[in-house]
Amino acid sequence: MADVKRRDFLGMALGGVAGVGAIAALVAMKKTWDPLPSVVSAGFTTVDVAGMQEGEIRDTQWRGKPVYIMKKKSGDEVLPARDFELAGAYYCIGIKICTHLGCIPNWKANEGMFHCPCHGGQFNGDGVNIEGTPPPRPFDIPPFAIKGDTTLILGESGTEYEAMLKASGNA
Amino acid sequence: MAHIRKAKSLGDWFDQRLSTNKLFEVMMTKYWIPKNINWLWAMGVVLTALFTLLVVSGIFLLMYYKPDEHLAYDSVNYTIMQEVAFGWLWRHIHAVAASMVFVIIYIHMFVAIYYGSYKRGREMIWISGMILFVIFSAEAFSGYMLPWGQMSYWAAAVITNLFGGIPLIGSDVVEWVRGNYVVADSTLTRFFMLHVFLLPVVIMGAIAAHFYALRTPHVNNQDGEEIDFEAEAEKYMAGNKKEAKVIRFWPDFLCKDIFIISLFMILFFALACYHFDFAMDPINFERANQLATPAHIYPEWYFLWSYEVLRGIFFSANLGLIFFGIAQVVFLLLPWLDRSDVVKPAHKRPGFLIFFILLIIDLIVLTVYGKLPPDGNAKYIGLAASVSFLVLLFIVLPMVTMAENKKGGE
Repeated sequence: MADVKRRDFLGMALGGVAGVGAIAALVAMKKTWDPLPSVVSAGFTTVDVAGMQEGEIRDTQWRGKPVYIMKKKSGDEVLPARDFELAGAYYCIGIKICTHLGCIPNWKANEGMFHCPCHGGQFNGDGVNIEGTPPPRPFDIPPFAIKGDTTLILGESGTEYEAMLKASGNA
Repeated sequence: MAHIRKAKSLGDWFDQRLSTNKLFEVMMTKYWIPKNINWLWAMGVVLTALFTLLVVSGIFLLMYYKPDEHLAYDSVNYTIMQEVAFGWLWRHIHAVAASMVFVIIYIHMFVAIYYGSYKRGREMIWISGMILFVIFSAEAFSGYMLPWGQMSYWAAAVITNLFGGIPLIGSDVVEWVRGNYVVADSTLTRFFMLHVFLLPVVIMGAIAAHFYALRTPHVNNQDGEEIDFEAEAEKYMAGNKKEAKVIRFWPDFLCKDIFIISLFMILFFALACYHFDFAMDPINFERANQLATPAHIYPEWYFLWSYEVLRGIFFSANLGLIFFGIAQVVFLLLPWLDRSDVVKPAHKRPGFLIFFILLIIDLIVLTVYGKLPPDGNAKYIGLAASVSFLVLLFIVLPMVTMAENKKGGE
């Protein structure tokens, strides 16, 4: 009987140490595959919109994805879900990846449209998909926050971004 | 300790220490194979030969390949292809063998389905084989990423994106698998590790398990006949080789297999040296560019059928993903979806033969439409073929085989 108890103890010791070790190892392995700090800190992009002309498009990248910002013309219709105000002017912003199959559309300035080279998807300047073309929804909007009068920080969720989400019903 | 005598020969010296004679008997000369088989029973040994080719050519590629987003493309397309003597040969062997492995795996698999070699005690052979298929798929996918061309990059982007379909944590899982917000250097280096170390080691273990799974239920034969292997082996060893229904694995069975391997190698090297283009997509000879998607993305031919199941459900990405997930594992369930006790070739099971033919036609349709752009009618045909695939396996097969059982197995 005493022997069995001693063996039980050894079994529990093995189980305990192995369990703790396995959990610790899994945590370490999981974290090893996480994006590195340098990658995460590069997950923020600062854009300066100073000096943009009306109707001008500025391209940048956020987390490896192409992002465009357009300063709207003063007469243009304003969509609360797609546009935001900065220092008295309206801008729209979007991730320039076709929501159909992930290709990258090109801006045709004369038509004021994005054309996708893959399956003919079209988006207007606000990034809204044109009915009858393949993409099912507008361009995604990257989270952004406004800093000062002319600067956007992509990757941070600010009040203007949240207001746009709310207006689109995705909040 | 064993009693050690003065060795009569080098073989005897080893036998006294390692029981090499006994080992050779167990693995080779007293491992029994039915006589009633045909050339389709050689596919397993052909696959073993192909895997060996992949390991050897892989070792030579590994000496020059550089797993880095800035260096990978040139290390393959410049260093290996243009500078290294016979570098092109290793690469072509590696690429063609990767494609041919899937040709032979599919033949091997459908031979097993045709002859009913997955049931009545052979379930573990089938399951270990299907696990090998899944690991080989992961091995092929991770390897395809390494040249870091446009198709490498975008295949990696699309496939890692599939994890985004997991509820709640999907987008976190995608970033975790990639080690970045997009497919990047971290993705390349970890899939490099999987491709050259972890997955090959797992494959070798799974191959050993697959071979071991054959030992107890033994290889099936052309008529699904239940053979008493011990009694037949005794007949053979008593000298009555003519009446025995079995032969030795070595040399009787393997020497014929080796002949088939020889024929296969002639075909294989003709492909590797002269017609390698089918394994080398031209789009992958452009550098990976995260800001420009190729106009039309498609996987290698051996993944097209399951890609089409994913894409065929065009109206719902989530449902497509679920169907795709089921399609990946449905063949594991085959021994239980087949409700019949009959082990016979399909041409002696009329209902099952119809299922078998329809399944092959459906897989061919899925493969063809997996390559075409999903426009117009193509997407409805893709939808019909995807749904048919699941209907065939989950409804037609159980019904046909239950009816077969009712007839009393004739």
